[in-house]
Amino acid sequence: MQLALILAEELTSTDAKVINLFFALVAGTALIAALKMVTTDNVVHAALYLLVVLAAVAAVYVILGAEFVAATQVMVYLGAVMVLLLFGVMLTRAKIGSETDLNHDQRWIGGLVATSLFAVMAYSLWEGFGSDKLPANLAPQPTAAVSDEIFSTYIIPFEALSVLLLAALIGAVVVARRD
Amino acid sequence: MFLNQFLIFAALLFCIGVYGVLTRKNGVLVLMSIELILNSVNINLVAFGAFNADADGAANLGGTVFALFVIAVAAAEVGVGLAIILLIYRNRRSIDVAEANLLKG
Repeated sequence: MQLALILAEELTSTDAKVINLFFALVAGTALIAALKMVTTDNVVHAALYLLVVLAAVAAVYVILGAEFVAATQVMVYLGAVMVLLLFGVMLTRAKIGSETDLNHDQRWIGGLVATSLFAVMAYSLWEGFGSDKLPANLAPQPTAAVSDEIFSTYIIPFEALSVLLLAALIGAVVVARRD
Repeated sequence: MFLNQFLIFAALLFCIGVYGVLTRKNGVLVLMSIELILNSVNINLVAFGAFNADADGAANLGGTVFALFVIAVAAAEVGVGLAIILLIYRNRRSIDVAEANLLKG
């Protein structure tokens, strides 16, 4: 079978072996941390598990050659968003230690929805991209090329995004202000 | 590297995030699960950008640019979302999303 041949080649070439091993390590860490995040009964621990997931996703971006996205992920998510979430935890219920009553009672419905969603997605991905491979000569993306792309092709969405960020900033201040 | 190993990894993260959104009662935890979902979508964007690389191995940068846009929008979303959750907490002394039911008939 075609797929078996490609798989065998994938597992014997040294370069691909190292990258795949790294990917397996990173993906395994991310999935375990994500599962712990949605099941733990300590809000601060959930935030720290989310940190692990976000760092692992940054590593996946590096594997894919998107170095600027990885750097942005580290700065924006691991830096800013995590601090914001931890502030949210502290300002709402500054309880240290485990809490009860963090989950709805009918958890199995959520599990059922998530599992069936994954079944549908995995089936269609398998059907659609069965043995498609990324290009073997995939080069890291130079940041200069990324910025050229943003400031030429995507300049209008970029400006709209700036206005959105400003609006969100003002909106957050207005909503959270004590008057 | 298969394209599917990234896509299925992202699908798993997405489904874990959906499970978190559906089962958590604490508003901050719901926001965290939404971050998980947005991240899994970003992996897809970057993976498809790499998949559509040209003959020299230079990735299609559209996926990268959209991933950056999603990161920026997610930062804005967290800011506004946390402001709303703080307001709910101030008014009701609780961030249990099941208790925020004033509009329920």
